[in-house]
Amino acid sequence: MTQPDPIQPDSDQRGQPQPTVPDMTGAKALWATLAAHGINTVFGYPGGAIMPVYDALTYYPEVRHILARHEQGAIHAAEGWAKATGQIGVCIATSGPGATNLVTGLADAMMDNVPLLAITGNVARHLMGTDAFQEADITGITLPITKHNYVVTDPDELPMIIAEAIRIARSGRPGPVLVDIPKDVQLAAFHGELVRPQATPEMPAPRPEAIAAALELLKSAQKPVLMVGGGAQGASKEITAFARAWQIPTITTLMGLGAFPASDPLWLGMPGMHGSVAANHAISQADVLIGFGLRFDDRVTGRVKDFAPQAQIIHVDLDAAEIGKIVRAHLPVRADAAQAAVALTGDAVPFERPEWNAQLAEWKTRGEHPTTWGAAQAVRQVVARLRPDDILTTDVGQHQMLAAQLARFEKPRRWLTSGGLGTMGFGFPAGLGAAMAEPQVTSIVIAGDGGFQMTAQELATLTKYDIRNVKICIINNSYLGMVRQWQELFHEKRYSEVYLGDSNPDFLKLADAYNIRGWRADNSGDLESAIDAWLSHDGSALLEVVVPNEHGVFPMVPAGAALYEMIENEPVKVPDLGEKMNTLASNTAVSEVSSERKTEASP
Amino acid sequence: MTSPIQPTPDHLVSALVRDEPRVLTRITSLFGRRGYNIKSLSVGTTEMPGVSRMTFVVSGDRGVVEQAMKQLDKLHDVVKIIDHSLEKFVDRELVLVKVRVENTDRRIEIRQMAEDFRARIVDAGHHALTFEVTGDEGKITAFIEQMRPFGILETMRTGRIALTRGSNADIPSHIYHEGETQTLEPLLQSAPREGKAREVNNLF
Ligand SMILES: Cc1ncc(C[n+]2csc(CCOP(=O)(O)OP(=O)(O)O)c2C)c(N)n1
Ligand SMILES: [Mg+2]
Repeated sequence: MTQPDPIQPDSDQRGQPQPTVPDMTGAKALWATLAAHGINTVFGYPGGAIMPVYDALTYYPEVRHILARHEQGAIHAAEGWAKATGQIGVCIATSGPGATNLVTGLADAMMDNVPLLAITGNVARHLMGTDAFQEADITGITLPITKHNYVVTDPDELPMIIAEAIRIARSGRPGPVLVDIPKDVQLAAFHGELVRPQATPEMPAPRPEAIAAALELLKSAQKPVLMVGGGAQGASKEITAFARAWQIPTITTLMGLGAFPASDPLWLGMPGMHGSVAANHAISQADVLIGFGLRFDDRVTGRVKDFAPQAQIIHVDLDAAEIGKIVRAHLPVRADAAQAAVALTGDAVPFERPEWNAQLAEWKTRGEHPTTWGAAQAVRQVVARLRPDDILTTDVGQHQMLAAQLARFEKPRRWLTSGGLGTMGFGFPAGLGAAMAEPQVTSIVIAGDGGFQMTAQELATLTKYDIRNVKICIINNSYLGMVRQWQELFHEKRYSEVYLGDSNPDFLKLADAYNIRGWRADNSGDLESAIDAWLSHDGSALLEVVVPNEHGVFPMVPAGAALYEMIENEPVKVPDLGEKMNTLASNTAVSEVSSERKTEASP
Repeated sequence: MTSPIQPTPDHLVSALVRDEPRVLTRITSLFGRRGYNIKSLSVGTTEMPGVSRMTFVVSGDRGVVEQAMKQLDKLHDVVKIIDHSLEKFVDRELVLVKVRVENTDRRIEIRQMAEDFRARIVDAGHHALTFEVTGDEGKITAFIEQMRPFGILETMRTGRIALTRGSNADIPSHIYHEGETQTLEPLLQSAPREGKAREVNNLF
């Protein structure tokens, strides 16, 4: 993750316009520009309207193209690449259906601030707007889910537009940019100039007045709490130093996991809907809350009006629009997280708040996961094997929340998950992309039986490129587990359309069909030896863990409840005569929440 | 709805935008998907090639309008946002009103009334007169109310347009520096405004 940035606008060695190849066309100018930006890998899928680009690719051996099996696989792989490295991911698709298959990934990248360049072909300029074969208005479609998008109408402008698109994707709060290139523009003779990469604008430094005010607030705090979000993944070192200098208990959001080392005693875990008891109570009772690079998502805040009700909130964010959007900041600091953290570290007075610390220590003991066999136990055993450099990606569902609760990250950019959009199908291709970016590390994917099947076709990509460092673990609970959990708790156990067990494939046979080795375990002891075999296998491999669908994910803050109203432990279940489990306490738990605030819990 | 509706205040906001394809769509779709209410929007070219100016009337409380401005400011094609509540401004609107004329007496009455408003006749027919009126919102609304009893056949309003008062041009000179066309930090960073911006919650 500390690889040098390949995009070096001012360096002499890199980023020079490439020498032009003969018969320069728009398509060749595209590859030359990408190569000049140090882009050495793109993920994509060809088709009619992008064929000139694929043809021109043969002239640029310095760029490796990875052929996915679905454009969604390609774009999630590009996201995984970008999330792990912090550098831009690139994907390519044809017009119409190829382009629309990118939509989910673009929306995902927009939500999670992933720097991404998506290139699409389109019908020739004179056909645009005529409902031509495979024409889709992809710029119109993706307008609200890209940071910006372009249609290239002049081939000579292509290098400039690509350079600008890359700059926009990477600068400030990163995000996806789409460049749509009509087929005749790809084919046209190119008479323009190749360009150097553009420098990204300087990140805003915090204003001295804001820093002074923040220092004052911090010094006055009796119950301080630090919240670190995904926007701080690049500022991990500075924020860790800041937290340690002040001795502030630290919470990392789902997107912020890894930005602060989990082994540090100051770490309280993750906040929000499936957050830790310690994190949620600490927020609810804090008197000063300082947040870096987070946007107070509704999954983090619970009922907003009761979020951190006693706290003075210092909100440090790059994006002015995030400050005050959901939660009122008493002290808004619009700045780059790293610079703000450094500015706040110098004058640190380490907190000595024995009472607060004792309270935190007590909360930390609460909200244990079940140790009987089930998804939590399975995930615990798998994540226990993570080494500090390993990458863990997840899909979306119960297994994701369990992994977020149980995995311990020491470094940023090792935890890749779809947070903002909650995209099922993300985990495996993202893990594949990350594995390609960092072939020396192990990329572990934890997916559900449901979500894995949304992008399982990318097993072929593993095989095609002989990618050896992806370890897929499917937590097979035979259900769309997270939806089932909500049905159990909030829809009186009407399990509507969530059962998969009657029709799931044999996952080992599926892997085998792609020439990938697989292991299966359905109890704790077997799992241990299966994990050994799976991880030590020389090459990518799949591990299916069969678990009963007995436990939900807890702690849980029901939608609409305040963080301090969380259900700490799984309500006691009593087996009834049928095969379904009966929940005694769930209804009471829910009604408690929807009724008055509990007095002892209210701050 | 019969219950008294809380009047939501109107805010006047202008934006300089680059004349790029879909810039209007980008802006209106942003307002639409975030649920901001645009009461009027007018667009025109400026003295600078490639740059247009828009004035919006946004209704909503201060927080909503601030959020709208910040979101607008993030659009690549938006060069600068001018929050007219921070400085004195002039605003104008133009309206065309077609009024029914029943008989000669009425015609005289209508014309006299229109003179009080300095309304110009831009079309005169046997049974109708079309007036052009410019002014601020109050004047235009008053004119329409005055004409209503005679029978208004059609109206068209341009929506308000506004400029900051005084010799301060709102337009920063460095818009088109290569490689930083999108990096203006209008409201939030531009030095002369800073003091005022700070009075507004959450602007730094
Ligand atoms: C593309 C998509 N469709 C639907 C959902 C809604 N959803 C969220 S979690 C979930 C269940 C996931 O099931 P599975 O992959 O088996 O994981 P589990 O919860 O069982 O661990 C569903 C359907 C989603 N997040 N994404
Ligand atoms: Mg499942």
